[in-house]
Amino acid sequence: MTQFLEITNGGKVRRDTIPHLDFAVFCDHALSIIKNGGKVVHFFAYEDNDKDRVKFLAVLRTDVLLAAGCDAPESYPALTRTCEVFHLFEREIAEQFGIRPEGHPWLKMVRYHENQRQVPDVFGNDYTEDIPGNYDYYRVAGDEIHEVAVGPVHAGVIEPGHFRFNCIGERVLHLEIQLGYQHRGVENLFYTAKAKQLPLLAENIAGDTTIGHGLCMAQAVEALASVQVDEGAKIIRTIALELERLANHIGDLGALCMDVAFLAPANYFGRIRGDFLNLSLLLCGNRFGKGLVRPGGVRFTLDDDIRKTLDERIKELKPQVEHVLELIFSASTVRARFEGCGRVSAKDAQHLGLVGPAGRASGIAYDARRCFPTEYYPHLSIAENAKPTGDVLDRAMVRRDEVLQSISIIQSLIDKPVYTRPVEEGTRTLQSLAPFCFAVTVNEGWRGEVSHAVLTDDFGNILRYKVKDPSFHNWNGLAMALRDTGISDFPLNNKSFNLSYCGFDL
Amino acid sequence: MLTILKNRLEQGYRTCNYPKEKPAVFPRYRGRPLIRKTADPDMAKACADACPQDAIDAGKKKIDMGLCVFCGTCERISKGEFVTFTNDFEISTAKKEHLLTDGDLPSLAQHAKQHFKKLFGRSLQLRQVSAAGCNACEADLNVLATPFFDLARFGINFVASPRHADAIVVTGPVSRNMKTALLQTYEAVPEPRAVIAVGSCTLTGGPFSHSAEVAKGLDTILPVDLFIPGCPPHPLTNLHGLLTFFK
Repeated sequence: MTQFLEITNGGKVRRDTIPHLDFAVFCDHALSIIKNGGKVVHFFAYEDNDKDRVKFLAVLRTDVLLAAGCDAPESYPALTRTCEVFHLFEREIAEQFGIRPEGHPWLKMVRYHENQRQVPDVFGNDYTEDIPGNYDYYRVAGDEIHEVAVGPVHAGVIEPGHFRFNCIGERVLHLEIQLGYQHRGVENLFYTAKAKQLPLLAENIAGDTTIGHGLCMAQAVEALASVQVDEGAKIIRTIALELERLANHIGDLGALCMDVAFLAPANYFGRIRGDFLNLSLLLCGNRFGKGLVRPGGVRFTLDDDIRKTLDERIKELKPQVEHVLELIFSASTVRARFEGCGRVSAKDAQHLGLVGPAGRASGIAYDARRCFPTEYYPHLSIAENAKPTGDVLDRAMVRRDEVLQSISIIQSLIDKPVYTRPVEEGTRTLQSLAPFCFAVTVNEGWRGEVSHAVLTDDFGNILRYKVKDPSFHNWNGLAMALRDTGISDFPLNNKSFNLSYCGFDL
Repeated sequence: MLTILKNRLEQGYRTCNYPKEKPAVFPRYRGRPLIRKTADPDMAKACADACPQDAIDAGKKKIDMGLCVFCGTCERISKGEFVTFTNDFEISTAKKEHLLTDGDLPSLAQHAKQHFKKLFGRSLQLRQVSAAGCNACEADLNVLATPFFDLARFGINFVASPRHADAIVVTGPVSRNMKTALLQTYEAVPEPRAVIAVGSCTLTGGPFSHSAEVAKGLDTILPVDLFIPGCPPHPLTNLHGLLTFFK
């Protein structure tokens, strides 16, 4: 029997009801949950009101969400030695709070910044030198080994990060990914932000996941302020999240075609992606959905004329999407490049804790829309969509299935009129969060599990704001996919994951 | 083969006729803000207080498009009495001070660097640098290469190397960790070169301007020639800025 407390997605719990365990008991129980198939949603440190005390808090998931905390030691035997899923979380804690996980197999910085306790840096970095890549990369030794260094500035219009390949000929033996270039100090901004600024911070964590992160923040504030959202707003939020998924998945499928030089569908989907972005603009005036979701509901209603246009556009786009999908997946040139490329086995995916389409492509059926449904999802049936192989083809097929599914979800929701009272500007009711409470919110963004965890202090101020983008779980999946793969297939594999740099770097 | 032809026929010709004709954007789009100078000062103050970006100067009755994320809060509070956001997406400026506006923007075509038009008017190669951008500005620059906008028909392309570029297009609030890489990319662009700042974060730090990890505007680091506001700027705003400034 676990001593972790079962909590609900988007529920509020008083902090003193979260079990505060002895450190050894905390570790034993956390590890046993993971060994029995559990996964880490959050594992982070925070400073309690009394500044000298640092605590750990973990939110794990099985088919329920489980939470427990403990006092943080200055150093401790790394949990990663037993369960790999902790490895980035432990590195993050080491970076943010200077707490050393002893025996961690690969203890290096995550985002390259000073810790917030002004204790000695775990990594021995000098932060007056401003390049995260000032670091001794992992090296493979041998006569014919060569290295390829790419980034931080890449050859396309994309975000920065560094990739270091160790190759023998064309074959990649190891890929090391070093991020941190995008670090903006997002989490720390939440502590001083005024209520009116919170939505902007959340929406800009990762602009392509505006709705995903916006929802997590809004639901957390709603939980802590005990605000109910009307059903109309839930429907609009659900439509917005599916539009976001559609635009991104379609863009990714087009980009995958571009990387195998099948230019026709690449251009078709490039254009159609824009059409779906424009449907978000139709709804709220912004192509990425910025400004739509606010604590308490949404700022824009689904008026009949908007609903009619949305319906017409979707009806017009649906056959086009289906036909381009048919074109892509029936082309032998596409299948020849996608099949068997960048395979991540189910076992590796489990060990790394992959989520979202990348996880589903490797056989992990988890989808927060089905497992921890929020908004209107409890009323929708989200089919399991796990694939067996974990190659580029499966990562593309997962997206194909979800594109068709998202279109039918939206169509099922725009059939009937929706009433919602839009959130009014400048209202002060939402500014008072319940003191000494905790809330965690989980949503299935287009890349997978997005989650925010919020702790309040005795006065209802935000004590700790923890953001987790699905990319935090998945970047190592890309590194694994490249093992024993031709380096020329890197762009294809990278696109098949299409992970967030800024969502990771925060 | 038949599938390929069927798709090609279905897709048809999709390129917009901009700048000859302005494509229609959906009514809820929020472009150039327009301020009513006769508005009640209390109303102006209420808008300034509610603005999540503190972008409104209630005394001068102006709005800073560099800070503004075009969320429309002020328009809703004042019910259009103080601020309205028009459907006009042509909002780029050649000077930072022009971003502080009552809606009356100076002509972008008449900027002080007319020699750029001679140098780059027929061929402009751009190197994009994302410096802590959230991928929205990047995405809406990328989209310029799709058939609807078809940037290449104007002789403008995004290139892979700064050595091949005439200008850098910067997005994001310029994190401390990207500053050196950004400066190195800029240095690698042969002179004469231009610097284009895209998006609220790049113009002023945007929603991250209170963080010690980012710059308070690209112009504090590099000489910026073209300021394109928005969060993110609409692709047509980007297109207008590039065409009007350089052609």
